Amino acid sequence: MINPAVSACATKKGFGLAEYAICLNGVVWREALRFLHQRERFVSALVRPLVWLFIFAAGFRSVLGVSIIPPYDTYVLYEVYITPGLMAMIQLFNGMQSSLSMVYDREMGNMRTLLVSPLPRWFLLTSRLVAGASVSLLQVYAFLLVAYAWEIEPPSLWGYLTVLPALVLSGLMFGALGMLLSSLIKQLENFAGVMNFVIFPMFFASSALYPLWRVKEGSPWLAFFCELNPFTHAVELIRFAFYQQLNLGALAVTMGATIVFLGAAITAYDPSRGMLMRREGA
Amino acid sequence: MPDDEPPLAALTAALEIAGVSHRYGKRLALDDVSLSVRPASFCVLLGLNGAGKSTLFSLITRLYAAQSGKIKIFGWDVSRDSGEALRRLGVVFQARTLDLDLSIAQNFAYHAALHGVGAREGRARAEALLAQIGMADRAGDKVRSLSGGQMRRVEIARALLHRPSMLLLDEPTVGLDVKARADILHHVRGLVAQEGVGVLWATHLIDEVAGSDDVVVLHLGRLLDKGNVGEVVARAGADDIAAAFAKLTEAGAPGEAGR
Repeated sequence: MINPAVSACATKKGFGLAEYAICLNGVVWREALRFLHQRERFVSALVRPLVWLFIFAAGFRSVLGVSIIPPYDTYVLYEVYITPGLMAMIQLFNGMQSSLSMVYDREMGNMRTLLVSPLPRWFLLTSRLVAGASVSLLQVYAFLLVAYAWEIEPPSLWGYLTVLPALVLSGLMFGALGMLLSSLIKQLENFAGVMNFVIFPMFFASSALYPLWRVKEGSPWLAFFCELNPFTHAVELIRFAFYQQLNLGALAVTMGATIVFLGAAITAYDPSRGMLMRREGA
Repeated sequence: MPDDEPPLAALTAALEIAGVSHRYGKRLALDDVSLSVRPASFCVLLGLNGAGKSTLFSLITRLYAAQSGKIKIFGWDVSRDSGEALRRLGVVFQARTLDLDLSIAQNFAYHAALHGVGAREGRARAEALLAQIGMADRAGDKVRSLSGGQMRRVEIARALLHRPSMLLLDEPTVGLDVKARADILHHVRGLVAQEGVGVLWATHLIDEVAGSDDVVVLHLGRLLDKGNVGEVVARAGADDIAAAFAKLTEAGAPGEAGR
């Protein structure tokens, strides 16, 4: 005779939409909670772009002229030009912070709490990605609030709304890149390399600080590299969206890069195919 | 039959591991390990450091996929029906997995969400579980403020939040004082007796084995013997389980189970 408790275990329960929603909500809530607990993280996320805006941009205002290029229909101040690049920079740093946090969680064992959930692993990783992107949105809008006080604003207030989908997509792209990197980094100590080999090259070899036509004048090769850089396309997507315009090319590249990075991260975290299984104690 | 329910008649094991091997690069961490844990029973996985206990736990929980062999939880194959298998499983890993910067209640809420348990049900369940371990008044405290023994009890309570029928505990008493060890062991044995939870308790501490337990001896990735304590002691020709364990691991040869 089979014990009723045991026979209950043989009954397939499956997962409904509500359970997926509860899980996603819980992962986003936990990430937001951790972010709110780490006030210094919020302050540094805000101070970094503001230093660029108030010191770097103000200093270079007279040196770096920006001609009329889309989406601008008139000459713009250098501070205005670099603002979309700084929004993307906030998200890039947040994506890398997320990656750092995943490596830390893996080393400390917290990652196991997530990975032994019965929900599919691709969904758990995507939830974590959405959570990270949501936190980056809070940071970007806090930055835009300060920039507004500095009279850096879109041509219409609608720009704050139209830039939101672009920020969501770019936040997901940088988060997915961070997640992929977290699967490749063995120890927390190796994370400094990410600064040197990912963040700095991505940020500087892009259209964040200077328009590509200017880069091309100096070095066509560098301009070519900038065009290959997904960060450039995320910046342009944000720049156009802030001006209530759609840059289709930038949208396609940002979306494509998000899919590739996320696909690679999910593969890396797959128990049977990924790199994690080759490491003891991962 | 990945989408079919396992046949009831075959359901005699809460956990069934058959022919599982695993390598890290060239090093063989587990070599053809087979064991089973009966529902509502307490089974001790006994092994020294490096025996392969944690690797086995990582495979059962699907942190890694087993390179060969099968693992089933209440008949659900961990690789093919991982969702069904894992939802019936509660896990306490050797390394602490609580978020130190969150409160106990927040850790429970996160765990509930990861198992698709709604906020209201999760809260009620957390309150009941914390009351069971005498920590109902500590729900709002940061985990960082707890002692090692309290953290372990909270982890065990959290592992039960989604009502699993099988509980894995990997060296849960390591680093705790004698009193905390005894309390935790007593609490988990109570779960087996009162709630019918099947338990696989990995340890290298021989004094945690009771006479009525099932025991599995793992050494250097190989299963040396398995059965109830009396059987293992008798086969080893020893006076007690401590002597049997010493004899088996010193010889390092496959015993009854390895044949």
